[in-house]
This record gives sequence, C-alpha cells and structure tokens, in this order.
Amino acid sequence: MIQDNDRSKVIGRRALLLAGGKTALLTMLAGRMYYLQVMQSGRYATLADENRINLRLLPPPRGRILDRNGVPMAVNQENYRVLIVSEETDDLEDTLDSLAEIIPIGEHDYARIVREAKRHRSFVPVTVKENLSWEDVSRIELNSPDLPGVMIDVGQSRSYPLVGLGAHLLGYVSAVSEADLQGSTDPLLELPGFRIGKAGVEKIYDLALRGKGGTSQVEVNSVGRTIRELKRNEGEPGTDLALSIDLNLQQFAAQRLGDESASIVVMDIHSGEVLVMASTPSFDPNAFNRGLLPDEWRDLSTNPRAPLTNKAIAGQYPPGSTFKTMVTLAGLESGIITRDHTVTCGGRMNLGNLTWYCDKAHGTLDLKGAIQYSCDVYFYDVARRVGIDTIAAMAKRFGLGDKLDIDLPGEATGLVPSRAWKKATMGVPWTSGEDFNAGIGQGYLLVTPLQLATMAARIANGGFAVKPHLVRPQLSGSQDEPRETREFASMGISQPSLALLVEAMTAVANQPGGTAYAMRIADPAMAMAGKTGTAQVHHLQTFEHKLEGGKKPDQLPWKMRDHALFIAFAPVVAPTFACAVVVEHGGWGASAAAPIARDVLIEVQKRYPLRSALEPEGCCGTPAPHDHG
Amino acid sequence: MLTAQDRHFRFSRGEMTLREKLWHVSWSFVLLISLVCAFGFLTLYSAANGSVEPWAARQMMRFAVGLAVMLAVSLVDIRNWMRWSYALYFIALILLIGVQLRGSVGMGAQRWIDLGFIQLQPSEIMKITLILALARYFHGASYQEVGRPIFLLPPLVMVLLPVVLVLKQPDLGTALMLTLAAGAMFFLSGVRVWQFALVIAAGLGGVPLVWKFMHEYQRQRILTFLNPENDPLGAGYHILQSKIALGSGGLFGKGFLQGTQSHLNFLPEKQTDFIFTMLAEEWGMVGGVILVGLYSLILIYGYAMSLKSRNQFGRLTGLGLTTTFFLYVFINIAMVMGLVPVVGVPLPLISYGGTAMLSLLFGFGLVMSAYIHRDVHIGRRGASDDV
Repeated sequence: MIQDNDRSKVIGRRALLLAGGKTALLTMLAGRMYYLQVMQSGRYATLADENRINLRLLPPPRGRILDRNGVPMAVNQENYRVLIVSEETDDLEDTLDSLAEIIPIGEHDYARIVREAKRHRSFVPVTVKENLSWEDVSRIELNSPDLPGVMIDVGQSRSYPLVGLGAHLLGYVSAVSEADLQGSTDPLLELPGFRIGKAGVEKIYDLALRGKGGTSQVEVNSVGRTIRELKRNEGEPGTDLALSIDLNLQQFAAQRLGDESASIVVMDIHSGEVLVMASTPSFDPNAFNRGLLPDEWRDLSTNPRAPLTNKAIAGQYPPGSTFKTMVTLAGLESGIITRDHTVTCGGRMNLGNLTWYCDKAHGTLDLKGAIQYSCDVYFYDVARRVGIDTIAAMAKRFGLGDKLDIDLPGEATGLVPSRAWKKATMGVPWTSGEDFNAGIGQGYLLVTPLQLATMAARIANGGFAVKPHLVRPQLSGSQDEPRETREFASMGISQPSLALLVEAMTAVANQPGGTAYAMRIADPAMAMAGKTGTAQVHHLQTFEHKLEGGKKPDQLPWKMRDHALFIAFAPVVAPTFACAVVVEHGGWGASAAAPIARDVLIEVQKRYPLRSALEPEGCCGTPAPHDHG
Repeated sequence: MLTAQDRHFRFSRGEMTLREKLWHVSWSFVLLISLVCAFGFLTLYSAANGSVEPWAARQMMRFAVGLAVMLAVSLVDIRNWMRWSYALYFIALILLIGVQLRGSVGMGAQRWIDLGFIQLQPSEIMKITLILALARYFHGASYQEVGRPIFLLPPLVMVLLPVVLVLKQPDLGTALMLTLAAGAMFFLSGVRVWQFALVIAAGLGGVPLVWKFMHEYQRQRILTFLNPENDPLGAGYHILQSKIALGSGGLFGKGFLQGTQSHLNFLPEKQTDFIFTMLAEEWGMVGGVILVGLYSLILIYGYAMSLKSRNQFGRLTGLGLTTTFFLYVFINIAMVMGLVPVVGVPLPLISYGGTAMLSLLFGFGLVMSAYIHRDVHIGRRGASDDV
C-alpha cells in the first residue's frame, strides 16, 4: 500500500511534468499559428493569389490597312478552328473518325492530335484544323450531337484580300522569332500564335497596328483548369492606317507592268504622297501568315525576277539617260554651260585611244536638243567640262545616292560616285573616262525607281525637296506619326535652269524627234514631260552591241538586255504627278518603259482631274491634302 | 487508513452492474469527442466542395461504429484488459509481421492487411496494444525495480520489435509515435532521468546510422523540412502549399467552403494528413486555436480520468493513451505548419480514415474503462491475484 502510494506520487509528479511539456508544445503550436496566420498573413495571401490567379493576355485586333479612299488592303479575318477536348468525349479516336467524315483529317494531323491530347491535361482543347470554311463550320455544328468534345472557336487572322496587289507595300505578318523577342517588353509577343509585321507597312507601323493587349484575370486550380474569370481589361485595338496609295491606280499600274520584272512609282510632286508603287512579279502575303512550305519558299527566293523584293525602293539600276537631267542642271547652275552651248555629234567621241559612242550622229545640237534627242556625245562633253564632283553634288540635292526615308523597310541607298568616294573605296584616282560614263548615267551610278520619281518630282515642283511617304498623317496612329509633309524647303535651284530642263523634257515627249514623242499624251491638258533612259547591264556587251551598230534587244538573252527607264511628270500645264518606271532587261526606255508611264499617268489624271487634284471623281469625304491653285 | 467498508465498496465496484457502469461513463467526455468529430465532418464536407460524398458520410458512419466500440470497451472490466494485454500485443505483433509478408502496398508503403471483412492497419493497433503491454509490465514494478537496468530490458524489446517492423514498412510517423509513447510510459513508470539522458545521447550518436538505413524519400522529407523553399515544385511543394493555404487564411479565415487553396487543389491530401491546413484556411487562426483548445480539453479529461484510477495499470494505460493522442495532435499540426518533417500522421478524430478513427476511439474506451473501474484493486502480481 505504501509502495503503491509511493508509485502514485511518482506517477503523479511525472504526469505533471509531462503535462507541462505538452502544454508548452501546444502553446508553441498556437504561437506558430499566430506567426503564420497573423504576422505572415499578408505574404501568404499574396502567394495564395499568385497560386490561383492567372493573368491571361487578350490579343488586340490588329489595325487594318486601307488605301487613300478607305478600301481595305489588310484586314482581320475570322479564323474558324475546330478543337477537341478529350475529357468531353468517351473515345477520342471514335470522335475523330466521325469528324473526319465531315472534314478531311490527314494521317499526319490525326497522329498529332492524338499525341497532343495525350500530352496535355484532358480539359485542354487541341486544335484539329484551322481556317475552316463556313460550310465546314455549319456541317460540324449540324452534327454536333454526334461529336462530343468537338467545338468551334473563332480566332482572328490577318488576311490580305488583294493577294499580290500591293504586297510589297503591305508586307506581311508572321510568327514572332527569337530575335523579335530580344529587347521587346511587350508581353503580347510571348503569346503562342501571335503575329507581328515582318515587312512593309506591317513592319514599319507594327506598334501602331498591334495595339495594346488586354488582360483577363482568371482563377485556376492546381492543374491549371480555369474556374472563373475575376477581372477583365480589354486592351486597345490596333490603329487603322490609311495609305496614300490609290488602289484603283495601283491595280491599273500593276496590270500594266504585267509579266515584266519591273516597278513603277507615282507620287504627288508637292506633298510627296505616293499614289502608286508597284513591283512585279509580286507574292501572296497570306502565305507568310499561314507559314510558307519549303518549296514555296524556294520558288520565291530563287526566282530570278525576285518577287519578294520591292524593286521600287530596293532595286538599284544605273539611271542611264535619265541622269542627263542632273548633268544639265549641274552644268547650268555651275555656269559652265548655258542653253546655247552647242556640241557637234558625229556619233562618237575619242579620248586617248578609247572611243565613246552615240546612238547616231546627231549633228550640231544645243542643250534642249541634246535632251530631246538624248545625245550622248553632248553629255560626254558637258560632263567632261563640269566634272563628277559638281554633278554628284547636284544629284544628291535631288535625292539620289541616299535613302529618302520613306516609311517602308528595306530602302536601298543607290550610289552617286565622286572623286573622294573612288579614292576611298578603290584606292585609285578618278579618270576622265569615268566623267564620260557619268554624263550618260552609267558607270558607278546606281539609283532606285523611288529616287528617280523623287528626282522628277523635285524638277517638276520648282526645286522643292519633297520626300515620298506612304501613310497619310490624319488617319495614322499616334506613335508612328508620319512626318508632316506640307512644307518642303526650296533647294535653291535657279528657276530659269529648271524651266529650261522642263522645257526640254516636255519636248522629249511632245515634239517630233523627241525620244518619247511616239508615247506622247495627245490631250494637251494631260500632256506629260519626261526623259527616257536605257541602262546598260553589261559593259562588254554594250561595247560589242554599239560596235555592231546595235543588236535588237529581243535577240539577246533576257539577262543580257538593257534596263528600260522612264521618268515623267504631268500635266505639263500644271505639274502635279511625277512618275518613274523601270523595266528590268526591258530594252529601250522609250519603247518598254515610256508607254507604261504614259498609260498610268493618263489614268491618274482621269481619276484626279486638274481642278480637284487628289480628290477622286464621284467620291467625297476625303479632302484634298492641299490646294494646287 | 482505509476501512473495510471502503475496501468492500471498492471491490464491489469491480463487480458493478451495467447500469452502474453506464452511470459512471463520463458523458461530457463523450460529448467533447463528438464535438471534435463533428468539426471534422464539417471540414470533410467542405473538402468535397460542399458534399457529404465521398468523405463526410462515411466518416460519420465510422464514428457511429467507433462510438459503440468505445462504449463497449469502456464497459469491459479493466482487469480483463490487463489479463488480455500481452495476448493482444502478440496478436498485433503477428499482424505486423503479416503485413511484412503479404501486405498490400498502399501509399507507397506496406501498411494494410486485408482480413476479408476489414482492412486493418496493424501499426494502429500496435499503438494501443504496446501501451497495454507496457502498462501491464510496469504495473507490478516497484520504484526500486524500475531503477534496475536489467528490469528494463524486456520492455525495451517489447518496444523495439514493433518499432523496427513499422520502420521497415516504412512508416516513420508511427515508429516515432510508438517510440515517444513508450518513452512516456517508461518516464511515468519511474525510469530514472539519467537513464533517459543516456538513451537520448546514444540515440543522437546513432543518427548517422539511422540516416544510412533510411529510405531516400524519408531523407528527402527531412532535407526539405529543413529548407522547404529550396524545392518549391518538388518535395517542398506540400509544406509550402500548406503554409500558403494556412497563412492566407489569416485570423478569421476565408469562411466555410471558401478556402481557395484547398478547393483549387493546391493543397495536397486535404482530407487526410493536411486537413488541419484546410480547416485553418477556412476558419482562420480562431478556428485553429479553438480546435487545439478542444484537444487540450480532451487531454485534460484524459489526465484527470487516468489519475483518478487507484491501480497502476489503469493510470499507466490512461496516461499512455492520452499521450499517444497528444502525439497525434502535436505531430500532425506541427507537421502541416512546417515545424516538423512531414511524417504522415493524421489529425486525430478529424482526418478521413477508418482505422485511425477506430483505434483512437478504442483507446478512449480504454481510458474510460480505467476511469469507470478506477476503484478496482489489482495486486502487484496482476489481475489474476484478485480473481
């Protein structure tokens, strides 16, 4: 009994100790709860929200691209996709088989769908097919009771309804590349399937067209299934862009270029608005959006006529005789020649033991006649007197040899050589023979059709340094506001010099014997002034060809033929539009390029008659950007 | 000191009628247990997104059965329990070995044995029978005897056998609980403090050895316990998500059925081992503290009832089982709050699970039996003396 009491005491004492320990531990639990749920509560609440709230980006609709009259050139098309959710169907393959009876599913696609369905969680929809036609959609909808888990989803995809027309201007959109992600903070780029502008206006104005992504806050569970939407913020849709291009004229010009490897630019000589810029052959920008097949790409990239290149801004050609305008102005402005300077052309000119030829012996010509008949000997003489550096300076003032900063990517600079340039790049001094070449726009000289058109515009507008551009300011987005185009500085060319050049260019296309007389516009209200050019492609060939008294261009292989060039402006009575045409390997400028320029300029003037220039007939609402008085 | 009448009265207690026994059942204790279980039903209802299926309804049925078992156990004379204690211990031991031989694999560990009509977790049974066996062994021991190391050898073997078997399953949580509960039994029986110190020192020295024999996942659990945020998507995921859910609950919780982390399945095992987290996410710290308070009340009742017993076996059994209950509570809650490694101990009376519920209520039945039969005199030689 005593022992039992003893033990009872021991166990009582020890039980008390044990209870004390337990109390301490339970208090610790309460303390821990206080730490986690009161002191650290905010931190864990944030972590909990990060767990359950997913921010989803909503891609904004891309801005449309319109022509100057509001005709859409690049739009967003509803892209109907058929998706399948594997958890909603009892047997995925059964359902796919039923679906395949309605829309064809390739073996390859079939395997991909089954594979993806297995890889993703069962509630994740897998794309079966994209770009469904409306009939396919309605047939699927009709059969939906037999197609559990199959659903139609509408996305937006870029579409170019005009296909190849204006493709070089619009460019295209394509999937975001690794390089695009570098240095960009826009989360939209990370969206799977997002497209950004990769060429043309789509690229230059990509930010404005893209808009700002919206966000949707959704609650998700631990495996990522969306439970509900908590908050939604619709972003900003992309801004619509209006180009200065007139689609009717663009289409006319492109058709007129036909199958040639050629380009044409028509611009307003005062505002610099480009009404037409076509380059043939063209390509289908829709193909880039959907993704090119390997052989499609090979065909496009190896085609000798370079369909992917916008030749109007990236094609570089010797200006040929069109450059005589610059030589003329250089001579007149430097005071080295006057309009009365005469040269007698005997069909050739010798320098040392080398000989330079002309098309024929023109006899004695003054300046106007030399331009009208495009006498080479006359300009060998002028060039020799004036010298390359003076000529180059004049050419640069008229926009040659440098980028014009038009709102398109991929513009080429061209090349206007000088003594310093040759010394620096080739290490040998300039020779007087090279003066001769420069005098007729050959040798090192390279220009783009856009530069030629700009040069013509600057001649026609009285010597104002107009610059070409594509997007009309009043409709464009705020970020990429195009340059204000109304006021261009005078280049300080004396008016008599310009007047003489205009007079001579008018004679080219209107007076008998002028190189483009056959291509004249009969209506005096629309008559054009111009200058032909034939750029020799191959030096060896040209010498032979001149020695042999000229082979007909169509007797030579295409690649060996000369480039045909023509610059023009119209109407002579009140110059408004400048135009440049280059037909690669087209042969004579007068016969291959001038007729195209003539036809297009007639069409332009029909559409924009003198009184209400730049306001299309029967259309109102688009005010003329400026008054031509 | 005691009168003959007293002795007679006490003796007659042993031969109490059913009516008398029922009169002595601590109904407030039963109510307390039911209250905690009801808290559990609510949480299981919420864990199933507001549905009694698949957990709450079944848990209620198990509770009903368990309640009957508890009352039945409490009405059985404490001397019978003492008489059967070794036999029960051996049955449990054989079942544990049986699990080793033909246990079906569940949850990555061999823990279940299928007896045809019920799936048993022998380790749960062992938690009770080990206490009973130790209580019986120490029942007759004098303070002097307990002081002799040689006397402690048989009970040590009794403890080590099941602990090793459970470790082999492997079930670290149960092994830990068996060891700690047995330790408490030794302590209560009067084992000298220096002997404990010696064992603990030896244990610490054996840590590298134990580490060597541990399974990779067990090591991983301990490593992630030490630094859970090291591996937030891997092994640390459970602890981190548990802390996030718990912490985001705040002082007053997100409200019943409103726990985002648990309902969106970020919280793993929300109906079993991590149910406390879910409860604390929805009811906040207030709910958590109330639950711990209820548990503490159960512990106080357990202590009081055990210490009322006038025989060493009853006291040891009651205190041992109460301590086991405490270990459940502490290890589970500490585990989900990142205080101890995740060892797979359920929250008693609340976590979904049949065997744990039954064995806990069985244990409480024994505690009540010790209380109801508190005045039964049992001689030092054991129950057989008195019959």
